[in-house]
Amino acid sequence: MTGYFLQAFIYLVAAVIAVPLAKRFGLGSVLGYLIAGVVIGPVVGLVGEEASVIQHFAEFGVVMMLFVVGLELEPKMLWAMRHRLMGLGGLQVVLTAAAVMAIALYFEVQWTIALTIGLVFTLSSTAIVLQTFNEKGLGKTDGGRSAFSVLLFQDIAVIPMLAFIPLLALPELVDKAQQLASTAAQQHQEVSLVAGLPGWAYALVITGAIALLVVGGHYLSRPLFRFVASSGLREIFTATALMLVIGIAAMMSLVGLSPALGAFLAGVVLANSEFRHELESSIEPFKGLLLGLFFITVGAGVNFAWLWQELGVIVLMTLGLMLLKVLVLLLLSLLFKIRKSDRWLFALSLAQAGEFGFVLVSYSVQNNVLPTDLAQTLLLVVALSMFLTPGLFIAFEKLILPRYRAAPDAREADIIEEQGPVIIAGVGRFGQVVNRLLTANGVNTVVLDHQISQVDILRSINVKSYFGDATRPDLLHTAGIEEASLLVVSMDNPESATELVKYVKHTYPQVKILARAFDRGHAYMLRRAGADFIQKETLLSALELGADAMKCLGFHPFHVEQQKNTFKRIEKRSSDILYQAWCDDSSGERFDNNYRKLFIELEETIKTAMTRDRSDKHSNSERGWTPPPKGYEEVLEGDEPIDPAAAKADITP
Amino acid sequence: MSTTHKRVLLLLAHPSQHRSEVNIPLFNAAKAIDGVTAVDLYGEYPTFDIDIECEQQRLIEHDIVIFQFPLYWYSTPAILKEWQDLVLEYGFAYGTDGTVLKGKTFFCAVSAGGKEDAYQAQGYNHFTVRQLLAPLEQTASLTGMHYLAPLVLFGARTAIEDDFMARHIGQWQRLLKALVEDRVNVHLTAKLDCLNHHLDTIIERER
Repeated sequence: MTGYFLQAFIYLVAAVIAVPLAKRFGLGSVLGYLIAGVVIGPVVGLVGEEASVIQHFAEFGVVMMLFVVGLELEPKMLWAMRHRLMGLGGLQVVLTAAAVMAIALYFEVQWTIALTIGLVFTLSSTAIVLQTFNEKGLGKTDGGRSAFSVLLFQDIAVIPMLAFIPLLALPELVDKAQQLASTAAQQHQEVSLVAGLPGWAYALVITGAIALLVVGGHYLSRPLFRFVASSGLREIFTATALMLVIGIAAMMSLVGLSPALGAFLAGVVLANSEFRHELESSIEPFKGLLLGLFFITVGAGVNFAWLWQELGVIVLMTLGLMLLKVLVLLLLSLLFKIRKSDRWLFALSLAQAGEFGFVLVSYSVQNNVLPTDLAQTLLLVVALSMFLTPGLFIAFEKLILPRYRAAPDAREADIIEEQGPVIIAGVGRFGQVVNRLLTANGVNTVVLDHQISQVDILRSINVKSYFGDATRPDLLHTAGIEEASLLVVSMDNPESATELVKYVKHTYPQVKILARAFDRGHAYMLRRAGADFIQKETLLSALELGADAMKCLGFHPFHVEQQKNTFKRIEKRSSDILYQAWCDDSSGERFDNNYRKLFIELEETIKTAMTRDRSDKHSNSERGWTPPPKGYEEVLEGDEPIDPAAAKADITP
Repeated sequence: MSTTHKRVLLLLAHPSQHRSEVNIPLFNAAKAIDGVTAVDLYGEYPTFDIDIECEQQRLIEHDIVIFQFPLYWYSTPAILKEWQDLVLEYGFAYGTDGTVLKGKTFFCAVSAGGKEDAYQAQGYNHFTVRQLLAPLEQTASLTGMHYLAPLVLFGARTAIEDDFMARHIGQWQRLLKALVEDRVNVHLTAKLDCLNHHLDTIIERER
């Protein structure tokens, strides 16, 4: 037991120190994990043998990652970007793999190995690139979008690759492995449902499993999640999400299919579900930690002796690979008319090999496709190219962007930047109206509510809404708070609304917050928490009803409208003063209740303002369609024309 | 060459800006000129709740006042009338102590659907734009402001198709610059129907 604790502690310490440092130096978290692994593995030697065992376990992070990738891929969205996805992504994968394979064949590498190397190197690092795009705000540019399509295609292409690679197994490696396996198998029998089945039955089992996955995911998961959600226990929901992913992985392994493929399919099936964001945020931390662990084990597995021994080859291969990838991408950017700085962004951002390369390499070794020595070299090339990526981004910003900025485009206005979604937290009676107004005007909203019954009702009338507690940071994250343009806080519970405003203002200061206040006191709390726009939930409707009352009493409707406006204006003007007083009172618990005094003063101000217009006298303070005083025209008649030229002008209207 | 620069207050009244083809480009072109304060009245007062105090302060702070609007039923859109009714108070704009506007300059920059020959005694609109805007001219006179003939974009519905937006924007910016630099001869505009074809005459000392 102590041993496990110690190991877990070492891994965690390494990650906790290295990852924030790497981020601070602009290297990204993936490199942080790799460096952490290198330090605790080859450099210090704290971990060794067990790293490869842990790596098997950590590969489950990849399964989770594909589940999350699937969740984010609504079939509709996939369809909308099909041209770029298939064209750019497909050509990039095929051309790069073919070019790498050709070069490998030139160096007289066996064709199965050459093909595997091509597949490994064609992938780029989704984790590094998307994270850097987010940090630098490049995701919405043409280059950024094209790069995303390619990454997405690669992520999907990994799945057939994982299925395909075992077919390339080398006979001599298989023999060796079987000897080892037969000894291991005696203690440790791998469970399989399909071991002795004939071909047709095997095909039947696989089809059945996939059908079960799709149909079950679509029809059974909802009642299950609804049942769990109605219990209101968050950890049980997390358990359900984990159960789902692990269950799918188990089922896929049982029938001899890739667990990653199953998880991806399940993700796509659930992408339209109201539980999507909640699922994603439940899985996200596990995925992140396991992937992190995976990268650490990769780093720990780096063979330094090998690196020094083969330094020249590895460096040459890395530089050659990156150059090749850039050339292929530049060619594609010509074909797909990606222009100017976008072209360079597209080409440079995808020049590295990626984390799926690690997965493919270790998977290939397990399946006896690659010899271990070559795998070592490939891993080092992949890692080195990832290490160099932040440098490429810096080069793009410092060298390439200024050149295109100096020569401004002849085009007129730029295309309006796509607006981020509006997140609406809480869609009870209040949030619903906000959402209806926004969606009717074509605004993209993400609607969250923690009451599943509410979400059910909205879904039944075709309002896209998601189950989940918006006060949870991870759920906000998966709902897209980073790119959101606005957050509407319209939940029932005043305390959690204030908490949410405080958290979001602090963590994402760029997001504008519009909040519903329960009453005056709550409005002040929201204001102190940093909300940008606040509406008291009852003020305006109460004013309307008050206005109706005045009309019933015989006041002229237009006059009532003016009085209502005056009331609103004074209320707004004095709210600053009252807010200050409230801040003083509530923090210092002062004895003289300054706030109450000011409130009474406000009531007086409103009363005077309302009655002011009723006086018959003409005074300077009286405003709005005030007639001039009686007898004023006698003075005007005595006036000379002020501009003789204008007065003499020959105008006869 | 005079070094004292005039401050221009441009009040735009356009209630459906998402459909605007000429007024918004003109408004944006004006914003780009130093010395012009551009105010979107419908934008600031969507419920017509005009802040009299603020609007009067704006008038005090500027030397030249321009109404920019599409001609609606031979007059201004509603908010400009509301603005006059509320802001040009007795004792501020006219009456015994109402001398705040005295000596300032005023004119209208208008877009009109009809062609120039429609706004003639012989045309189907029977009056020139200047004649139709006589109430504003008289308001200027009563408040002691110099009145300039209006600058009119005729045939505004097809301005883009007929390709004369660029020229009109050019004229508009040229006039605004001349106003800021105090190079417009107000008296020469007294007899004009509109400023359109007379910029060469009324603008002095052009570089």
